[in-house]
Amino acid sequence: MDRLRVAIFDFACCEGCQLQIVNLEEEILDLVDAVNVVEWREAMSESSREYDIAIIEGSITRPEDEKRLEIIRTRAKTLIALGACATIGGVNKLKNNFDLTDVKRYVYGKSANMPHLDTAPTKAVDEVVKVDYKIHGCPIDRKEFTYVVRCLLIGKRPEIPEYPVCVECKAKGNPCLWDYGQVCLGPVIRAGCGARCPSSGFRCFGCRGYIDNPNVNAAKDVIERYQLTVDALKSKMVLFGSGQGPTNA
Amino acid sequence: MHNRVNINVHHVTRVEGHGNIVVNVADGRIETLQWQVPEAPRFFEAMVRERSYEDIQTIVSRICGICSITHSLAATKAVESALGLQVSEQTDKIRILMHYSEQLQSHILHVGYLAAPDFFGVPSVVPLVAIAADVVKTVVRVHRVANEWSDLLAGRTTHPVTLRPGGLTRIPTEKQLRQLKKTLKDTVPDLKIIADAVLSVAANIPKFERQTEYVSLKQTNPPTYSFYHGGITSTDNNGQVIPIERWHEVTNEYVCPQSTAKWTKWHRDCYAVGALARFNNNSELLSPMGKDAAKMFGLKKGCCNPFMNTVAQLVECFHVVEASIVLIDQILSKGLKEEKVTSAPRAGKGAGCVEAPRGILFHEYEFDKDGNCIAADICIPTNQNHANIQKDFEKLLPEILGQSENEIRLKLEMLVRSYDPCISCSTHMLNVQFVR
Repeated sequence: MDRLRVAIFDFACCEGCQLQIVNLEEEILDLVDAVNVVEWREAMSESSREYDIAIIEGSITRPEDEKRLEIIRTRAKTLIALGACATIGGVNKLKNNFDLTDVKRYVYGKSANMPHLDTAPTKAVDEVVKVDYKIHGCPIDRKEFTYVVRCLLIGKRPEIPEYPVCVECKAKGNPCLWDYGQVCLGPVIRAGCGARCPSSGFRCFGCRGYIDNPNVNAAKDVIERYQLTVDALKSKMVLFGSGQGPTNA
Repeated sequence: MHNRVNINVHHVTRVEGHGNIVVNVADGRIETLQWQVPEAPRFFEAMVRERSYEDIQTIVSRICGICSITHSLAATKAVESALGLQVSEQTDKIRILMHYSEQLQSHILHVGYLAAPDFFGVPSVVPLVAIAADVVKTVVRVHRVANEWSDLLAGRTTHPVTLRPGGLTRIPTEKQLRQLKKTLKDTVPDLKIIADAVLSVAANIPKFERQTEYVSLKQTNPPTYSFYHGGITSTDNNGQVIPIERWHEVTNEYVCPQSTAKWTKWHRDCYAVGALARFNNNSELLSPMGKDAAKMFGLKKGCCNPFMNTVAQLVECFHVVEASIVLIDQILSKGLKEEKVTSAPRAGKGAGCVEAPRGILFHEYEFDKDGNCIAADICIPTNQNHANIQKDFEKLLPEILGQSENEIRLKLEMLVRSYDPCISCSTHMLNVQFVR
């Protein structure tokens, strides 16, 4: 059997999710044996026009990038959104909370109207083209990445957790950060990260996006119990959750 | 000499972010020669407004995946300065140790994965496995050590979650630090293998020189090869150090008449930042192994060959490993203790400056009395190098115009890569006009 042709593309982002692929270390040597990497600008000089799997990192912030993404979609049998910028828009969507003229003027001053600085409201990848699979997180979890690739190689649909981060956090026996006065988004955010941040004593800030059916009543109870305001919660949810669409693919 | 050369490298490969090289030579005359940056701007300084001082580092670490610890540290220092927060000696040392891990991770990534293929004459690290499998595996091993080291101290390999204004959310155990020290000692022979491999192809590093200004941190009390503390200095500044709060006097962003791009300059029309800049300002303070590595490659203070930046990074790999072993001993000798971290909002403005692997980085924020951000200003190293890259192009191209178009293209690409640009970092991208 021919090896699956894989291409990796980046749009507006920090490229930290691609870095997690490099961070597979020894495992990446096995991975590039199992598939045929035909295009990956950050790591290789080669390029291609045909691929079985296109992996898209980053969010879409300009009309010309929408066009580029649409072309990639026509060339790819399967398209994967990689990381929070691609799956939910990520921190890039914070921009959408402001008037875009003001945003440009604030950063670029009197040069703000130069054409190459033009910017549109940030979109997640599935707001532009059909997405077949989403690998969540900022950055992605390396193990989850190889799991999804392995599933695709054997033609199986990957199973991504449908429960909140709290489940994984409790299983690790962590003390609840709400008891330490931190506004943690664990109750409403999709698990799969192994509760890495709360395990380091840092509140969950929602990089994997909301679960499909968050238990809103439980969240209300938590807010009441810890005498917090909805505003305090909102100010944390806005970091990765501005204008977020559905997170299942 | 060629009468006609037409090069249009759309999106230079093996760099972080998007950059283009455009060259047009007609009748032996250079008509266009530009380093362009078409990366989609992300507007971080506008996006952090209205956000709490507690959330700034979480947002701005996303400026760059490769130097996320550096951005988080610069932001945390700036927030602490604005809010008047002091951190303990223990916090300070653990943060520096965390910062060293990122220098090693980023440098090894650049030297081993991104730059080395050029020295070996292959298009990427993948065919390099066939030519030099053992060396590639050594590079991978050191890269993993650096990442596990980041993981231990930052909570994750990328985008740290242990930094918070006033301190750390979690500290390592003494046992973990002792293990780390052992791992780092075991890494030294691996670094020597990598250095030997690079030395074996060092003849392929282009011989090119252009005098320029080199800007970096300098720490005088105590004298340290600094990535984290100190003030700003340069090779044109007669050894003077200026406080980081005055960073705007250094960056002097300006509009370039030929391209309308906003670049930086201090004493002349461009300056360079990065490993070579740090080396040129501080080389006498390198660790013994760092000095040995420099000697091995004939790298001397005053070097003005930009292609040698990659070698300076390799030298720094030895330095950060050796400096970290000393630092771990210092931390262990005092004993680790849990510290309560508290912070309270207040109105104020503060700057934070650290060395990213690819050069000096500035963050500045202002907060209202409730601790919400009202203004932000960030200047990243790659933007400080753009003018210098353009000036290098202008000297290099006439020197190599007799070579084939492929050779010219490769040399220009190698030059860009030697700066280890991190273009997606570019918060202030005011780039060049497209001329065709």
